[in-house]
Amino acid sequence: MSDKGTRPAWLSRLASWDAAVIVITVVVLVIASGTVENFGTSRNFTFLLLDLLPIALVALPMTFVIVTGEIDLSVASTLGLTSAVMGDLWDKGMTIESIMPLCVVLGAVLGALNGFFVTVLKLPSLAVTIGTLALYRGLAFVVLGDNAVADFPRAYTTWVTGTIGGGPIPNLLIPLVVLALVFGLVLHATPVGRAVFAAGAGEQAARFAGIRVGRLKFWLYVVSGAVAGLAGVLWTLRYSSARADNGSGLELAVVAAVLLGGVSIFGGKGTLPGVLAGVVLLGTLQNALRLQDVSNEALNIVTGALLIISVLLPNIVTRTRAHLGRRATT
Amino acid sequence: MTRRLLAGAVSAALVVTLAACGGTTKNDSSSSGAAPQSTAQADPNAASKQGVKMAFLPKQLNNPYSDIEVGGGKVALDELKGEYKLVGPNDASASSQVSYINTLIQQQQDVIGIAANDPNAVCPSLNQARSAGIKVVAFDSDAAKDCRDVFINQATTQGIGEQLVKMASELAGGSGEIAILSATPNATNQNAWIDVVKQELAKPEYAGLKLDKIAYGNDDDQKSFQEAQGLLQSFPNLKVIVSPTTVGIAAAARYISSSSYKGRVAVTGLGTPNQMREYVKDGTAKEFALWNPADIGYLAAYAGVALASGQITGAEGQKFKAGKLGEYTIGAGGEIVLGPPTVFDSKNIDQYNF
Repeated sequence: MSDKGTRPAWLSRLASWDAAVIVITVVVLVIASGTVENFGTSRNFTFLLLDLLPIALVALPMTFVIVTGEIDLSVASTLGLTSAVMGDLWDKGMTIESIMPLCVVLGAVLGALNGFFVTVLKLPSLAVTIGTLALYRGLAFVVLGDNAVADFPRAYTTWVTGTIGGGPIPNLLIPLVVLALVFGLVLHATPVGRAVFAAGAGEQAARFAGIRVGRLKFWLYVVSGAVAGLAGVLWTLRYSSARADNGSGLELAVVAAVLLGGVSIFGGKGTLPGVLAGVVLLGTLQNALRLQDVSNEALNIVTGALLIISVLLPNIVTRTRAHLGRRATT
Repeated sequence: MTRRLLAGAVSAALVVTLAACGGTTKNDSSSSGAAPQSTAQADPNAASKQGVKMAFLPKQLNNPYSDIEVGGGKVALDELKGEYKLVGPNDASASSQVSYINTLIQQQQDVIGIAANDPNAVCPSLNQARSAGIKVVAFDSDAAKDCRDVFINQATTQGIGEQLVKMASELAGGSGEIAILSATPNATNQNAWIDVVKQELAKPEYAGLKLDKIAYGNDDDQKSFQEAQGLLQSFPNLKVIVSPTTVGIAAAARYISSSSYKGRVAVTGLGTPNQMREYVKDGTAKEFALWNPADIGYLAAYAGVALASGQITGAEGQKFKAGKLGEYTIGAGGEIVLGPPTVFDSKNIDQYNF
């Protein structure tokens, strides 16, 4: 290569995968609005956002967890168990105002159990959370079985499904934006965020730098569980239906969106704006393809292919860069 | 410290979301939403509209039973010159149908035919569809009453119970001992049918029939097989085993057809033709019953087009024509009952494939 030491500009830009995803998301939104019939209407915008919300919500703490090099696959089961408990308590006559915070606390406790296994017993998080994925879902069926509890207060269910002033923007977007700002600031502008990246980049080095990696990860699992619990409450209210099978499969959508958003599955790399773009990109593609009557199978293939590309491409770029760097210095 | 910031921030945001209000419990809240009531008058003489766009949304795609149901819907829409469409989730979870309903609203379908995975989870979306002028026909599995226009019910509890006793009586030759092989002791459907069976047996025309026992095979093939064995050993004079569950009837028929009881003890109940074909042919189960799933979809499509054409609005007592199935009247709560279950025997069983 002639340009000694400096990489080609296009490679550098591509290397910033999260920036690329944001651009791709905007492009896809524009193309879909222009070409897909019924896509660019305000009502569809509402539907799209409402479908995205639980994924986006759970993806916030998931980003932290994956950046530290761990994973939490139990989130959807935590959502299901909180939903089941919510229905059971409501059926037993408890007030909804005390049930809702209780469900979030329950989520935090379930998260703490994951955290305990991963940080105290030092078990691999993949194995632990696959285990609790099955365990929490099983418990959900113990609590509620095949029943569904439906008669939640209208004031809450209509707020959760409603939009601001009857416009296209769902009410629920407000708390999501607040939470996203909080999580984004913590990750990118506080010592906690730096500790998260450091733990993911190299645990040993982070320990030498004085970061208590175990405690950090433990609390991330607690937060992940609490947010999954909150998602369980909102999910139940949105569908007016507390059920043990609520949210099944959601963990895969969340992990897919986080990876698509440029977070490295090996930890240490990623941005929250990238993740949110990943969530919007996946949701938009699904929504647009469905409006085009594309089959489920094709939809799954598109999602799977995107996921593999998003894991593969940054890897290829890194390797190419390393290769070019070697050539440039020799 | 800093870590607590993170947890603190989340809980703070929660408090914001959950704040206000004194305390709402189940008892002081009114339940589900108000439905958009149709104010339009029905005109039974209105012409059937052509080109009605009707989308079927079964519980789950690629399920052989629902494939046959929606197949009947396609046949009906071909007859009515409507546009048939099939969409649906790959899993039968409660909320997975909602985004499909939303898509159908966007695509401005005229009618949605839905077998609801959860009667309430689909409710807000269905009501949005109805506000957008879309008619909603629930079939097979009802949505909450105030979010659909009509419900196509495969059969009434009464109708099924009566049919079971009628078949048992025919097979026993009017008198003799019978036994029931059900699913689980707390299966809602089965118990409701068995209650009707007991009421029927109390009638004078069935005085010759004696119900020995109700056994439970838990809808498990092996357990049902063993329970059938047990019944035959406990009651040597047993003439008929009635099994109102597809698992039980097949297990009982399999046992009897391969045992010395073949030809002496008859099996009947509710089953599918494919599962029972060989036992009908070898005489173990001379007749059994089930609703015809294709007819459910067929009737749903005719009801959908009648709604879209303004011939009916879903109110009790309105009538409409459903092609080869004849005329139907809407019952209480917008319910349309397909009719008595179809009885399958050696003469007609080869016409069915499900």
